[in-house]
Amino acid sequence: MMKNNDIFINSVRFIFLIFLQVFLLNNINLFGYINPYLYLFFILMFPLDGSKGLLIFLGFLLGLSIDIFEDSGGVHAAACAFIAYIRPVVLKYSFGVSYQYNSVKIKKADIMERFTYISSLVLMHHLILFSLEIFSFKHMLLLLKSTLFSGIFTIILVFCTMILFTKKSS
Amino acid sequence: MQQIIFFFIRNKNFLFFIVLFTISIALTIQTHNYHNAKFVSSANFFTGSIYNFRNNITDYFSLEKENKKLLEENVMLRKKVANFQKTIKPKKLDSSIISAKYEYFTARVINNNYSKTKNHLTLDIGKKDSLKIDLGVISSKGIIGIVSDVSENYSTVQSILNTQSRINAKHKISGHFGSLKWDTKDPNVVQLVDIPRLAKLKKGDTIITGGRSTIFPEGVLIGAVKDFHLDADDNYYFVNVALFNDMTSLEHVYLIENKDAKEILELEKAVNDEE
Repeated sequence: MMKNNDIFINSVRFIFLIFLQVFLLNNINLFGYINPYLYLFFILMFPLDGSKGLLIFLGFLLGLSIDIFEDSGGVHAAACAFIAYIRPVVLKYSFGVSYQYNSVKIKKADIMERFTYISSLVLMHHLILFSLEIFSFKHMLLLLKSTLFSGIFTIILVFCTMILFTKKSS
Repeated sequence: MQQIIFFFIRNKNFLFFIVLFTISIALTIQTHNYHNAKFVSSANFFTGSIYNFRNNITDYFSLEKENKKLLEENVMLRKKVANFQKTIKPKKLDSSIISAKYEYFTARVINNNYSKTKNHLTLDIGKKDSLKIDLGVISSKGIIGIVSDVSENYSTVQSILNTQSRINAKHKISGHFGSLKWDTKDPNVVQLVDIPRLAKLKKGDTIITGGRSTIFPEGVLIGAVKDFHLDADDNYYFVNVALFNDMTSLEHVYLIENKDAKEILELEKAVNDEE
């Protein structure tokens, strides 16, 4: 079960990440179209022992909040609900079965395992996000380009954020 | 019966996910229908006031540029007034002579997108300022978009940088009509299609709005011809138009209401119904 402390940290993180995304990160537009989507950090770092149903719901809510600010319908909500649902599978596949026995901490895991976990979820999220947003086969190249470059940007930022946070807590 | 219940319990996460995913897809598809009222839109009280708060702060950073823009516009307007005074000697001064077909509003842009394929802006005026859907939005330099959604205090605008926008435009010199689209590549370049081959285009020619729609008056500036080539059938030109507006930095905009729009649309509808 989740501890009180976890609930507090995750609520603050949820709200803070939405505002950070809407006010700062959505306005970066590197090379005209590349934006990082750091708000995924919430889903990536959600406690491993938290309820799966709750995570799917919170993921959906997180995405929907971004959509409301962005006027983008439900594209973020769909992508977030998907990665929140698929997260246990990706956890198993990147950290091995042991994550279920609570012996793995994402922040302290092996760097390659962490990289697999983060990049698979981020790229899946971006692929769904951009295919729904662009919504046409005519712009296939744009879709792949956006997914790849925004994905790299997001992965780098997630790693930086993680390093900053672990230093504080240890 | 028990089996079915067990099935639901076992797969509750999956079913929950499917429900939420379907809702999101429905919301996404809904935004592709331009005329439907939207559930998810930044023209609501909550996001509107947050964007407004942000802009109250960030506005100060662009004051200098905005001032310059306003000065430029003043100069242009003064020149126009001076020209009018020279050419038209007023016979009788009567306010009813001045055509009041178009009404103008001013608004502030509190949120602006230009990096997606379907871009929207949010403005800080809404229903209570008697704003309606389908008003044209321009700045002193050219067109920006069309109002797509209105709430009590805020409104959203479908930008010309939106793959769903189609705006009637014409080549100023020859008067040939075409429609304006966007290929998502560059936020300062839009595409004008369906200009007949007869038109004599030249690089740098001005493109203006066509006046065939009830949204924009004729002659609002759009941009200059950047380059052009014939399309696959060799009958029409495909023209890249460099916008006069910098779509990436918009602060103050004007909205245009065509007072006759309702009448014109009703008339056209009546004709269509008869057919």
